[in-house]
Amino acid sequence: MEHQDMPKKNFLSLQMDPQLFKPASDEEKAQQLTQRKSVSFLRDAMGRLGRNKMAMICLGVLVIITLIAVIVPTFYPYTYTQQDVTGKHLAPFEYSKKEQARMAAGEKVFPHIMGTDNLGRDYCIRVIYGTRISLLVGFVSALIVIVIGIIYGSVSGYFGGKVDMVMMRIVDIIYSLPDVLIVILLSVAIKDMISNSKSDLIIRLGPGMISIFIVFGLLYWVGMARQVRGQVLSIKEQEYVLASQATGAKAAHIIRKHMLPNCVSVIIITAAMQIPSAIFTESFLSFVGMGVSMPMPSLGSLASDARSGLVSYPYLLLFPAASIFLIVLSFNLLGNGLRDAFDPKLRS
Amino acid sequence: MNSKFLLYVIKRFCMAVLTIFLVIAITFFVMHAIPASPFSSEKAKSDETIAALEAKYGFDKPVPVQFVNYLKNILRGDFGLSTKWIGSTVIELIMGGFGYSARLGLSAAAMAIVSGVILGALAGLKRGKWLDKVIQVVTTALVSMPSFVIATLLLIIFCLKLEWAPTMATQKGGMILPAVSLALYPMAYITRLERSAMLDVLGQDYIRTARAKGLRNNKVIFKHALKNSMGPVITYAGPMMAYILTGSMVVENIFSVPGLGRLFVNSMLRTDYMMIMGVTIFLALIMVLMNFIADVLYKVMDPRINLS
Repeated sequence: MEHQDMPKKNFLSLQMDPQLFKPASDEEKAQQLTQRKSVSFLRDAMGRLGRNKMAMICLGVLVIITLIAVIVPTFYPYTYTQQDVTGKHLAPFEYSKKEQARMAAGEKVFPHIMGTDNLGRDYCIRVIYGTRISLLVGFVSALIVIVIGIIYGSVSGYFGGKVDMVMMRIVDIIYSLPDVLIVILLSVAIKDMISNSKSDLIIRLGPGMISIFIVFGLLYWVGMARQVRGQVLSIKEQEYVLASQATGAKAAHIIRKHMLPNCVSVIIITAAMQIPSAIFTESFLSFVGMGVSMPMPSLGSLASDARSGLVSYPYLLLFPAASIFLIVLSFNLLGNGLRDAFDPKLRS
Repeated sequence: MNSKFLLYVIKRFCMAVLTIFLVIAITFFVMHAIPASPFSSEKAKSDETIAALEAKYGFDKPVPVQFVNYLKNILRGDFGLSTKWIGSTVIELIMGGFGYSARLGLSAAAMAIVSGVILGALAGLKRGKWLDKVIQVVTTALVSMPSFVIATLLLIIFCLKLEWAPTMATQKGGMILPAVSLALYPMAYITRLERSAMLDVLGQDYIRTARAKGLRNNKVIFKHALKNSMGPVITYAGPMMAYILTGSMVVENIFSVPGLGRLFVNSMLRTDYMMIMGVTIFLALIMVLMNFIADVLYKVMDPRINLS
């Protein structure tokens, strides 16, 4: 910039233009403002997810199912153990003799939306409880996988070298173990151990659930750990990590502040993919009779019980089957949406 | 290259042996962590009877000694005696069911691979067309259905409503439905794998070269594209076997196949510890073996893969 009225240059002067150091006017300040608000990666990805109609529908379905599973049992007029011997195998919206008598007396009776089962228990509330179990298993195991996988993966990736080699060898070995077999084995053992346990919670969870949580804690996190480690290894080479190290930041600080935020996409995608497999495993175990304990229903055990009257009462299979299908389908499609949103490179 | 390959095979083999050993150890110690004696659940017996039974089955020795004995016996193909099917050895029972399960599993695997590859390749070639869309929707639905839902639905439709197939697997043609219900999930999975692999391959330069030199479309697809898109499918063979083996526990129960899966579930419900241990180890052996074969095959098929 040449200024016409610039003073003649002096030999010892700093040769600076005093005009440049005047405070800026409001107009000039406004010009400095960026055109577009800066968008964080998370917000950007969320925006992309929001534009994915399929994923949003699935998210909506999951939210609705979760709300139903959490809220409905609090005010529903029937409980999952309540039996009515006069109303076995009622079709949807049918009433038992006792209820018909009550209705004749002018009482209002809540309909059995999905009918009743072979013991005259309201089927709708049982399916809702089963859904609750499925969702619980899905979310808790995702949480377990996230916590253990992140800690293990980031430590292994961050320290690298020998530590990494040993830790990844362990992961390799765990990865090759047949996980479902070990789930079954543990649930057999745990079933025996907890059969005389006094804790109410443990009995209600049942051997299947506890062994699923244990096995997820022991085995399933390896996928997450591998992903996180890979990500951490590549971030470690970035300059800003070097800068942070140079200013004396501790390992925990660097992992927390630099590594993890950059691993968010990998973590979210892997966790979303993990949920359906957990739900599958639980329903499978309940179906073969190793899942939740007796009166507590699970979608798997409901489907298993429904087999005895398949021809006459197909709806007893239909409702739990549809429920599990809807949940897993929604998680799968949401997972795809998350992958597309958080990892645009992977998009086909 | 060749010695490197051999080294890789040996390394994978050692890994497989280690895995098997770990499975045996886990199985053994988990089963022995159960406080109850295998005979305690039965009707009241005198202490002498239980002591005699424990001596017969070798449960009176210290646990590490039992473990070593168990390992030695397994190496000889002896998985011990069943504690609930009195008079049968575990290996006899396993072999009795294995024939059915092997036939079921292999036909399911073959069906899944063949139809999955065909459907996936078609979807990839017809990308964005209606065929692709239909295949995508169907496969997405199929991978969201647990095996027991697929199997029971097939049972209702084909055995009970249409009466096209017998409900008992031992009848003629009775193995078709169980095999189909086991095959559908892996088929859908393979279709999706093959589709994305196909899309990937079709974008490669050598396909353009092949087309540019005037090669017929069929030849481009079969000789170049299909062959090169099989890698992911082969790596899925191991997990697929695991799925089929665990799925067979459910499917064999639904269709009353007297196979290994049903045997396993029954021994779980009857808490026959020796059987549970034996079948777990046997199934794990198959899974690990399949994984090993798949890994080696993958390297044979695609020598470009880094062998480190």
